[in-house]
Amino acid sequence: MLNLSSHIVKKLSRAEVLLLACSAGGFKILFDILKTLPGDLPVGVLVIIHRNAKYETNIEASMKEKCRIAIKVAEEKEPIEAATVYFAPAGYHLLVEPDRSLSLDISEPVNFCRPSIDVTMQCTAEVYGAGTAAILLSGANQDGALGMQAIRSAGGLCIVQRPEEAEISTMPKAAVALGAADLILGNGELIEFAQQLNNYLTSGSHPWKN
Amino acid sequence: MSISFESLEELIELINRIHGFDLSGYSRASLKRRISRIMDLYQLDVSGVKDNLINTPGFFNNLLMEVTVNVTEMFRDPAFYKVLREEVFPYLATFPHIKVWSAGCSTGEEVYSLAILLKKQGLYDRSFIYGTDINANVLKKAKQGIIDLKKMKEYSDNYLQTGSGDSLSEYYTARYDAAIIHHHLRRNVLFAMHNLVSDGIFNEFQLITCRNVLIYFNKQLQDHVFNLLHGSLSLFGFLCLGSKETLRTENLREKFRLINKKHNIYQKIA
Repeated sequence: MLNLSSHIVKKLSRAEVLLLACSAGGFKILFDILKTLPGDLPVGVLVIIHRNAKYETNIEASMKEKCRIAIKVAEEKEPIEAATVYFAPAGYHLLVEPDRSLSLDISEPVNFCRPSIDVTMQCTAEVYGAGTAAILLSGANQDGALGMQAIRSAGGLCIVQRPEEAEISTMPKAAVALGAADLILGNGELIEFAQQLNNYLTSGSHPWKN
Repeated sequence: MSISFESLEELIELINRIHGFDLSGYSRASLKRRISRIMDLYQLDVSGVKDNLINTPGFFNNLLMEVTVNVTEMFRDPAFYKVLREEVFPYLATFPHIKVWSAGCSTGEEVYSLAILLKKQGLYDRSFIYGTDINANVLKKAKQGIIDLKKMKEYSDNYLQTGSGDSLSEYYTARYDAAIIHHHLRRNVLFAMHNLVSDGIFNEFQLITCRNVLIYFNKQLQDHVFNLLHGSLSLFGFLCLGSKETLRTENLREKFRLINKKHNIYQKIA
């Protein structure tokens, strides 16, 4: 059983949305986490991965079969529902509207990336505030560091993959260097965390819980 | 710098009152990012932006220039143009005149892409393409038909992938670091101001492309624009949306036939 400190547990108990983000070297651990997530997760999950829009990928379709939680590509103006994973489509930034629906944006890449992790994290923090929880995984650039900082400033929970265990440590390291990590977890711990997530999330007073 | 959602509402209200420009149907998250960018660019806080909107002539136009997303390329999504050529053009060829509207054309790359595609299929001489945008500056650039030569390399790759079978260089002249679209491809083209929010139907078209414009609008405004686009199409005319945009306006769905799901191409049937 993963031993979480009380302030982490407190932050988790008020989480209303979970962000998962990775780039190069992060796909495997990301999929392991998604496969572990329970089918009745009480929050929605946004996934941002860097991939080239010029080549077609069927990540979402192949994940769908292997996961208990619902998986889909984010569609513009759709509300974020609990127990659902929304992938940012390649070539678009994924934004969150004040009414907690999703929108897409095809403006300039940020950190050479579209979707950019920073962009989604920043606008999720602006809408969900302290109700934001995020996990930043392996990657070869610094996208996500400023986003994690924004989530932390808003009072949200920031978890970073332990850089030594990340296939490419640049991305998690950048977030840690900015002081934007509440918790640093190794790969085994990340899976344990995903397993236990429901205990913590449902322990709070969520509107969907009677 | 960043603007709060509350201040954003005040700004939208102010812009509508002073400049008669209605941004209220725009998606807030994107608008918020663009306005925050302007604040950084001009080193202004919210009250500074308001002050300039009221007192500085020309500031609103600069703001509008930054607010609208002007990212475009020639033959963006080559697969879309391939489908257009293979599945839509044979039908278009049966019309005596082909009027095309590129709504939200920005700096004109899509308009010239369509002109080239029509030319290659022998349809250009009986076609006329309108490119419209809300932004006067981008239209000025579009009219020139001059494109950075560095970008042309990427556009040439895009064009190759459309499977047209010839080279993009057949359609422009390069000099120094710029490429100019051939004169005859600019002859049947007209660029003009048009605001999808407040302006109405101005012609009847056989083909309308409105790609990656509607994602910046809320559902209500999307409904309004879909009605405008439907009213602007001739019977059996075609509507092309961006790959992530769907026609979901209830009363209109049965008035269109889906031609290609992946590329969101519809045909008006009623």
